[in-house]
Amino acid sequence: MMIKDVIPGFELYRPATIADAVALLDQHKADVWKMAGGNDSLSWFKDRIKRPKVVVDLTGIAAMRGVKETADGIEIGALTTISDVEKNPIINKNYKLLAEAAAKVASPQIRNTGTIGGNVSQDARCWYYRSGLPCYRAGGNTCFSDTPEGENREHAIFDANRCVAVTQSDMAPTMIALDAKMVIHNAKGERVVNAEDFFVGPKIDIRRLTQLQPEDLLVAIRIPKEWAGARFYFEKVTDRLTWDFALVNVAAALKTDANGAVANSRIALGGVAATPRRCGVAEQTIKGQKVDQSLAELAGKSETRGAHPLNYNAFKVPLLASLVMRAVRDAQA
Amino acid sequence: MADYKLVGKNFTPPDIIAKVTGTAKYSEDFQAEGMLHAKMALSPMPHARVRNIDTSAALKMKGVVAIITPDDVPQFPPPVDPILYREPVYAGAPIVAVAAESEEIAAAAVEAIKIDLEQLDHVVDPLDSLYPGGPNAFSGGNVANIKLPLQTVKWTARDFASYDEGKMPLGKPAEQWHYGDLDAGFAKAKVIIERSFETAGTSHHSMETRSNMAYWQNGKCYVHGSTQSQSFVVPQIARMLGIKPDELVYIAEYCGGGFGSKGNAYPLVVISGHLSKKANGRPVMLRVSREEEYANGSGRAGFQGWAKIGFAENGRITALDVFVVQDNGPNIGFWDFRNVGDAAQVVYQPEAMRWRGTAVLTNTPPRGPQRGPGENQTAMTFEPMLDEAARQLGIDRLEIRRINAPDNDGFQGEDAKGQLTSAYLKDALAKGGELFNWEEKKKLSGQRNGHKVIGVGIGSAFHAGGSNGFDGIVRILPDGKLYVHTGVGNLGTYSYASTARVPAEVLGYNWDNVVIVRGRSDNHLPWMIGQFGSNTTYTATRGNYVAAVDAKNKLLQLAATTLGGTADDYELKNEKVVHKTDASKSISFADAAKKAIELGGKYSGKELPPDINPLTKASAVALAGSGLLGVAKDKLPKRGLVPALVAGFCMIELDRETGQFEIKEYLGVTDCGTVVHPDGLRAQIFGGSMMGFGLATTERIVYDHQLGLPANVQFDQAKPQTYLDMPKVFNWAAVDRPDRDNPVGAKGIGEPIMGAAAAALINAIADALGGKYFHRTPVVRDMIVNALAERPQSYKPLQANTM
Repeated sequence: MMIKDVIPGFELYRPATIADAVALLDQHKADVWKMAGGNDSLSWFKDRIKRPKVVVDLTGIAAMRGVKETADGIEIGALTTISDVEKNPIINKNYKLLAEAAAKVASPQIRNTGTIGGNVSQDARCWYYRSGLPCYRAGGNTCFSDTPEGENREHAIFDANRCVAVTQSDMAPTMIALDAKMVIHNAKGERVVNAEDFFVGPKIDIRRLTQLQPEDLLVAIRIPKEWAGARFYFEKVTDRLTWDFALVNVAAALKTDANGAVANSRIALGGVAATPRRCGVAEQTIKGQKVDQSLAELAGKSETRGAHPLNYNAFKVPLLASLVMRAVRDAQA
Repeated sequence: MADYKLVGKNFTPPDIIAKVTGTAKYSEDFQAEGMLHAKMALSPMPHARVRNIDTSAALKMKGVVAIITPDDVPQFPPPVDPILYREPVYAGAPIVAVAAESEEIAAAAVEAIKIDLEQLDHVVDPLDSLYPGGPNAFSGGNVANIKLPLQTVKWTARDFASYDEGKMPLGKPAEQWHYGDLDAGFAKAKVIIERSFETAGTSHHSMETRSNMAYWQNGKCYVHGSTQSQSFVVPQIARMLGIKPDELVYIAEYCGGGFGSKGNAYPLVVISGHLSKKANGRPVMLRVSREEEYANGSGRAGFQGWAKIGFAENGRITALDVFVVQDNGPNIGFWDFRNVGDAAQVVYQPEAMRWRGTAVLTNTPPRGPQRGPGENQTAMTFEPMLDEAARQLGIDRLEIRRINAPDNDGFQGEDAKGQLTSAYLKDALAKGGELFNWEEKKKLSGQRNGHKVIGVGIGSAFHAGGSNGFDGIVRILPDGKLYVHTGVGNLGTYSYASTARVPAEVLGYNWDNVVIVRGRSDNHLPWMIGQFGSNTTYTATRGNYVAAVDAKNKLLQLAATTLGGTADDYELKNEKVVHKTDASKSISFADAAKKAIELGGKYSGKELPPDINPLTKASAVALAGSGLLGVAKDKLPKRGLVPALVAGFCMIELDRETGQFEIKEYLGVTDCGTVVHPDGLRAQIFGGSMMGFGLATTERIVYDHQLGLPANVQFDQAKPQTYLDMPKVFNWAAVDRPDRDNPVGAKGIGEPIMGAAAAALINAIADALGGKYFHRTPVVRDMIVNALAERPQSYKPLQANTM
């Protein structure tokens, strides 16, 4: 009978090193759950929907915390809290986009415990999936949201594939905009993947929003120097002004040449597809151009092609056009 | 009593320190030796019939102590909310409850219970149920409410002929009333505004869920519960436990939010008591989770409706016609739909009016009163129509409200002949207009600053603000202190404390020498109405006042008896009874208390007034002989309805590119009679307004119509406003003119604060959009984005419980 309360028992491990954590993940593989800030993990456990046999609490691994400068930019430990990202002086000096996005994440309490690794790896918020229904993403063989009467206002307008859930992470689009490299460890060693490859849609894996497998540990995020000090823009449109997930969000980095034209840019949208959606057409459209209102509007409009709204989310089409337009027009150094 | 020492002055209510330091104990904080933990098996289906319950496997589990099924609890005739469901009528309805040695065992036992459910047709939209052949949410019918018997009603296809064009079908109402000549009123109107409308239901989301703990001792059931009310719920809880009121000890010292949902007793509060009984009296804790609270924690009724208002050239309402279909949830619900008629009538005083309505069952959470039930939906529906009329007539938006607002000669009631105890909405509008600087602010309407645009709006709202006929008990003990026994409950408004200042005022007490006795029924409390309906300040000041006057009279008579002369020769001064002309003749209150014990009879409560409630009498009997007792029933005059009235003023800045807006300034002005506790009023205005902003723009109950399952079952999904959403410029004021029928001139105010804020914000949004009115609440982001982009809206007009 239905009960969605009381966390069922599990084995808890609290490794102090990356190596120990990776060994535990390798040992328990499919039965294991990685927990960082715990904000989402505990909700899943308490609802008795996700029932791991083994939980690896990562918060004791000091090496995964903090921001350091490297030869090629910065490296942010995956356990660095959202609040620390928001306040970090190096980030605020060179990569303010991250701080601006971090400031918009959830509530102060959640930012104090939530980690950047957890934020970019967060699971879909689709309410059907969250309610424990046996949908594709939960391992079933149907989607309850994409139906004639589905209540799918928060869902995807791009790249749906059986599942119509979206990423609602605020940090994920910034990873694309800053061309971040995700450092992943497992028993076989380290691999570094581009943010664009890190996030995956249902076509690649309908059960996950990232390429992280159970035995993989996201250890750090590297932000290359290339975009340091660029003009940035982050915005998130929500129902409630505080403590809310994005309906649509945008992150952008733009570089201007000596003539004041756009030399290069990276723009990404959240809340419109399962992965942060890189706005390649908008980037091309503005490259080499001086930005004015009409160019910004064109860039915004250019990104709406191919959108397939569901019952209740057609508003995301004008909204994403507005946000891309604003990112192009209003990005600040 | 004009020159008050306590009334109208700020003070620190005695429970505040416990709350801010965390020492206050709510139901879930109580522990008892040998305490068991309970969990409930909830229906996964929106509507089903229980064919069989097999608890055998669960009962065999080590640590499982007791299981209760619908057979173990009292049954009530439908549509009264069952305690455990044989025919679950919403997802999350409790069917079985288990008590075990730990929560883990209880939860595992719930999963081991086999309940054979036969799924039945479900319906989440009232109009779908009213359509010919439409499903019923309950096997016994589809229309019901308090005092509206359960029945099956289907409208005709003809009624629905224009539904697809967004026009509200107007079939057979369950109830109606009218006064005046409606046709003549519309005929003489210069402008007529006619609209179909919809207001979404909203959850109560009380921060404290309705957890409870209970045990049995010496034939009595001790229940720790979370309720707004104290004395009022005692007979109700006793009935649900199947015992007599004097067999119940009910403890409810603190309440972490109720907003109407905990004003009366509710089924979950007796689950622990029933389990404890089955476990031979062992204490049982039922900890209610957030999701369980969203299913069982009540919600505001949604409306689908139609309204037509005629306005004369000067803005005066000549005729008002309204039809409301209420989404009643699956059970008895609350009479929001009836309150539409009352609220529209009191706030606008239409020359002619008709109200029609019905209440339809749906397989959505059980509904109950939520802050301004019906009245606040009315404000959100009618206030924008006033603005539309003002635009068409070229009248100022403040003026169109002023010209229709009631004053002390205002009327109410189905015959429009009932009186109001006092009404100063005109003053509230005028004061607000000045403080908000409406004349200047309205010039900012539509003003652009880049892609941002200013919108301003006004909202007015009403709720009844007082009752009468309840009792008071005060005691003066040999320690010289005044003990005010109060039965109102502690919802969190602190009115239990501010109303306790009235007896102190009457008797001239130093506040430091006053003790408020409350929080548990074995503290011997008087019968008092529940803490709901914005009535406490009015009703409890009266009850406390008459008890204090009784004590005062006894003090004067006691002095005369003891020291000679007549009662008229004496007065109360500095906690003594003193002869007016011979100061040598005096007796301290402490000595008077001793003397009262000695004299007995009426002085010490050995003789009691015949007209007090049996519960008050039982308390007074228990207290008799302990000191000087003041005990009385409130029989003070009251000429009619007590109107609590509020005017709200709002200014927003809306971003035309994203649809996001910020409230730049909000002002709430109340007509609550004499302000009894300024800090308390301020807290009410801030908190109530925030709830109004949520009601207007972010909160709603959403269901998947095919599955019958709820979308918003956590705070982050249901989106009540947070502390961080408070407007940076947030102001409050009160008219502060005394009510004519309250001994200190006070009236309640809690509820219309919310409706005025909701309406003012909706009107400010419409104003920023250049006069775009949605006639649908909440006005959520996507509606604004689509309106700005001049795209069609995604929602289907009049569809309920949807995005």
